[in-house]
Amino acid sequence: MTPVTPVGPVERQQWDVIVVGAGGAGLRAAIEARQRGARTAVICKSLFGKAHTVMAEGGIAASMANANPHDTWQIHFRDTMRGGKFLNQWRMAELHAREAPDRVWELETWGALFDRTPDGRISQRNFGGHEYPRLAHVGDRTGLELIRTLQQKIVSLQQEDFRTTGDYESGLKVFQECTVTRVLKDAFGRVAGVFCYDRESGRFFVLQAPAVVLATGGIGKSFKVTSNSWEYTGDGHALALLAGAPLVNMEFVQFHPTGMVWPPSVKGILVTESVRGDGGVLRNSEGRRFMFDYVPEVFKEKYAQSEEEGDRWYEDPDDNRRPPELLPRDEVARAINAEVKAGRGSPHGGVFLDVSTRMPADVIRRRLPSMYHQFKELADVDITAEPMEVGPTCHYVMGGVHVDSETAATDGVPGLFAAGEVAGGMHGSNRLGGNSLSDLLVFGRRAGLHAAEYAAGAAAAEVGEEAVAAARAEALAPFDGESFGDAAENPYTLHQELQQTMNDLVGIIRRESEMAEALERIAELRERARRVSVEGHRQFNPGWHLALDLRNMLLVSECVARAALERTESRGGHTREDRPAMDRAWRPVNLLCRAADGGGIELERVRTEPIRDDLLALFEKEELAKYLADEELES
Amino acid sequence: MATGTEPPSAATGVRSAGRASLAARHLRTDRWWLAPAVTAAGLLAFVAYSTWRAFANADYYAAPYVSPFYSPCLAENCVPMRGGPNWELFGSWWTLSPALLILVFPLGFRLTCYYYRKAYYRGFWASPPACAVAEPHRSYSGETRLPLILQNIHRYFFYLALPVAGVLTYDTVLTFRDEHYAWGHAGLGTLIFLVNIVLIWAYTVSCHSCRHVVGGRLRHFSKHPVRYRLWTWVGRLNRRHMLLAWSSLISVAVCDLYVYLLATGAFDDPRFF
Amino acid sequence: MSTYDARFRIWRGDADGGGLTDYTVEVHDGEVVLDIVHRLQATQAPDLAVRWNCKAGKCGSCSAEINGRPRLLCMTRMSVFARDETVTITPMRAFPVIRDLVTDVSFNYAKAREIPAFVPPAGLAPGEYRMKQEDVDRSQEFRKCIECFLCQNTCHVVRDHEENKPVFAGPRFLMRIAELDMHPLDAAEESGLDRRRTAQDDHGLGYCNITKCCTEVCPEGIAITDNALIPMKERVVDRRYDPVVWLGNRIRRRNGA
Repeated sequence: MTPVTPVGPVERQQWDVIVVGAGGAGLRAAIEARQRGARTAVICKSLFGKAHTVMAEGGIAASMANANPHDTWQIHFRDTMRGGKFLNQWRMAELHAREAPDRVWELETWGALFDRTPDGRISQRNFGGHEYPRLAHVGDRTGLELIRTLQQKIVSLQQEDFRTTGDYESGLKVFQECTVTRVLKDAFGRVAGVFCYDRESGRFFVLQAPAVVLATGGIGKSFKVTSNSWEYTGDGHALALLAGAPLVNMEFVQFHPTGMVWPPSVKGILVTESVRGDGGVLRNSEGRRFMFDYVPEVFKEKYAQSEEEGDRWYEDPDDNRRPPELLPRDEVARAINAEVKAGRGSPHGGVFLDVSTRMPADVIRRRLPSMYHQFKELADVDITAEPMEVGPTCHYVMGGVHVDSETAATDGVPGLFAAGEVAGGMHGSNRLGGNSLSDLLVFGRRAGLHAAEYAAGAAAAEVGEEAVAAARAEALAPFDGESFGDAAENPYTLHQELQQTMNDLVGIIRRESEMAEALERIAELRERARRVSVEGHRQFNPGWHLALDLRNMLLVSECVARAALERTESRGGHTREDRPAMDRAWRPVNLLCRAADGGGIELERVRTEPIRDDLLALFEKEELAKYLADEELES
Repeated sequence: MATGTEPPSAATGVRSAGRASLAARHLRTDRWWLAPAVTAAGLLAFVAYSTWRAFANADYYAAPYVSPFYSPCLAENCVPMRGGPNWELFGSWWTLSPALLILVFPLGFRLTCYYYRKAYYRGFWASPPACAVAEPHRSYSGETRLPLILQNIHRYFFYLALPVAGVLTYDTVLTFRDEHYAWGHAGLGTLIFLVNIVLIWAYTVSCHSCRHVVGGRLRHFSKHPVRYRLWTWVGRLNRRHMLLAWSSLISVAVCDLYVYLLATGAFDDPRFF
Repeated sequence: MSTYDARFRIWRGDADGGGLTDYTVEVHDGEVVLDIVHRLQATQAPDLAVRWNCKAGKCGSCSAEINGRPRLLCMTRMSVFARDETVTITPMRAFPVIRDLVTDVSFNYAKAREIPAFVPPAGLAPGEYRMKQEDVDRSQEFRKCIECFLCQNTCHVVRDHEENKPVFAGPRFLMRIAELDMHPLDAAEESGLDRRRTAQDDHGLGYCNITKCCTEVCPEGIAITDNALIPMKERVVDRRYDPVVWLGNRIRRRNGA
């Protein structure tokens, strides 16, 4: 039963800038583009204001120096590079550290209400890997505040447009619950628009514009245990690949150390790092604070050696070193993994995260309201009375679309930009908590700015009829799956197999043989995905939506596996059992993934641009010697 | 109200065109009707009792106790209460029960109270009977026009409730006299009056209008630390406004009933000292 | 881990009609209603439409009605139901249905646009804002809102009276006005905008009869009625129903005429 689709031209609309994704980066880009005079369309898979950014709990890292006057952008830059094990695209890390405070302050002028210091400034909290308390926050719902503020800023811009034109959507329109399946190009290889469908009705439409900003977030839904929502199917990564832009360093996937492990239905949901920042400690089944056993050599001088010193740090951070629970995420995740493997885990396969013995109940409820709520409602656990059970969960992809540091423009596709999690490079091999929200704001703004400037100088976009027809045929293919008879595949089954494969074979600890096997399985899944079949019609059909998202997840998964197999070292969010050490020779090497002609992915090694001298001067010689390759140290 | 089945074209509310088509007014499986039923029954019982007592014009004073329904007593036909709340503002022309003169104020205060409004809108007017249970009314204009727009005068009833509560406090002090007006007495009645006056004050002060007046109207609490603290306290009480509304309602009735029982001689006031 | 078969009745259909369909489906320990809906999609009803996103009670997408009560599907644990109980799920009944459990919530986005935005104070550059914690507490409570629209759905003013939709913004957006009116630096008044007047005249605050269903269904536990709507009504009284102010306005108008 093939649904009859009305034959005829697909509706087209003309815009200046199209933003794909309405999370922090997308909305910030849209605001900037609209403020620069570009007519801007935002497309998002969910309802406006529901983006995954709302899940961010901890805060926005910015060296405003409200909580500690010694903080500067240089120190923030240094922390970011250390966290990323020096693989960061350093110019991005620099811009990020320099511009983050302005981006946060600007939110206040749009109505954001952060928690305050006693003298009325924005309060800042401690977080893993940050030398000073740096995270602007609102309780543990900072992401929600960020999204709501940007959403309300967009509404206020629409109100302005309404006053001048009588139409709220004349200069800035949000197409909610719509999916983009293809970035379309013109005859000269420049971006000309996007092919979309409306999830509610299944109706296809084309938005034409010379500039497209990808801000689609991450890829977590390729993994079984993840803190990411269904939207995180790597759409922007795949759109870029298919449009001809490369991805960079896709092997680096961050596993957040503390996700819920029970009940099974919520496995993977995040337990914010602020639980540890505010005094929560990790214990194994023997009651031991095991993190003291896992402080790596490069961090030895910076972390407490005893429980007493660690506990004193919460009160007196200037004279004590921080407890090792606040090591960067990759270290903590590996430590938990090791404890569980050694048989010292909790009943449901995690470890214990305890605040109940560390703070009075009312303080817990005030400082960590949504965590209290989350455990009470979802697991029936009272965190003021008993410890939580936590374990690693796939959280963030450091890799992403390869972009120009200044302009967020992609590599080789004129008019295509990317910002936020979908863009790679900024975080190197491992992202620090709190750097994500600031990344969204800093590079979301830059992408919007440069997209608007590019669009202003570009000719009107025109998409060819063939490209539209091809995109439409591709999107409708799953409805013809029945022609494969018994060989037809169920999208849910394929998705589950892919998630299991990625979790087991390209997960937190990787081995060469397993990754090779993963690549075989992914190739097989890609074949089977050609025969995917869905029932029913196009109106809000979840099976069809998943069938279309599968293409993206398979592409992205292959990038992760292929790059992970290639990089023969352990660094940040890429840990190999067969290559357990960081190899300095890999420091200046990036791995680029491109879509190969016959489907599949091909890799390219590229050398990174040398780090600028004044930035290198922010580090001690001995520290640089731990990270930089020999030839870099010589020059 | 229209009864019977309505033609589909006249469907309103949850049966409006375009909404998920379901014939049921609601699909709640819990005992959603219990709360409004209990509320309505409780309020009705109080109304019945207080109407009888207010019109009775008798048995409201048994030295040293005066029924809160009759205090302050503002007409000439009041029973003289030595040192008590006699205040003959109204002359001899008033021949009805003096309770009617004063009960208007607490009645108005409670009638316009934000909690009681919820209680009787739900309990008596079924608007709505319970959450997500369709209400039986064709149209609804809320508190946008007369008479319900008058609910906005709650604040002034709050101001008037303050002196009334003051008089009742005075009455409570007088219960430390014995039946011969000698100080140094305390009976079971004294205790009941004490509990009542505490509840009356707590209810009065926990009022939403009070919360607004003491601090809620401010934009910058930080510039008014004293009012901020007051607002915080009132806010804490305000969270128990429903509980206080009911307990003070019951305590007032109990006070009156106690006086009635003493006055009719059905009972003797047990003395503590 | 224990497993049992549960009976469900789920509304299937679209704007043209539909009804409750029976399903029997496996339930495992620790699951929530949304898990069951997903299991149905994966096994028995692949085209069952449901809106969801974070599955952790933070985004407010999966609003529906379970046994007649407005709730989030992801925050309703199966353990709150008896094993032999039939669980009925319908879409929100105050909004037009699109398909199955998905409703058209555009009413709320239209209302959001009608609420005048935050007005930044003149003369304060970014970074110069100073606000005390006690001054932002009240508005912060309202900003916990995840916009699940359950309060909008349950409010009888629009749920039971479609004709009130044009004149009534609903609890979520009256609360938004309260949030801005209590914002320590909002400069609406200086710009000539009286939020209290607009609350009453343009957004239908007077329709609210404070029956508190919005507060009852709020998954974030925001005291919408006590902390936003009633204080807003009191602020309107300050403006509109204070006899002294009223008299003053009358006299001024007469003198001006």
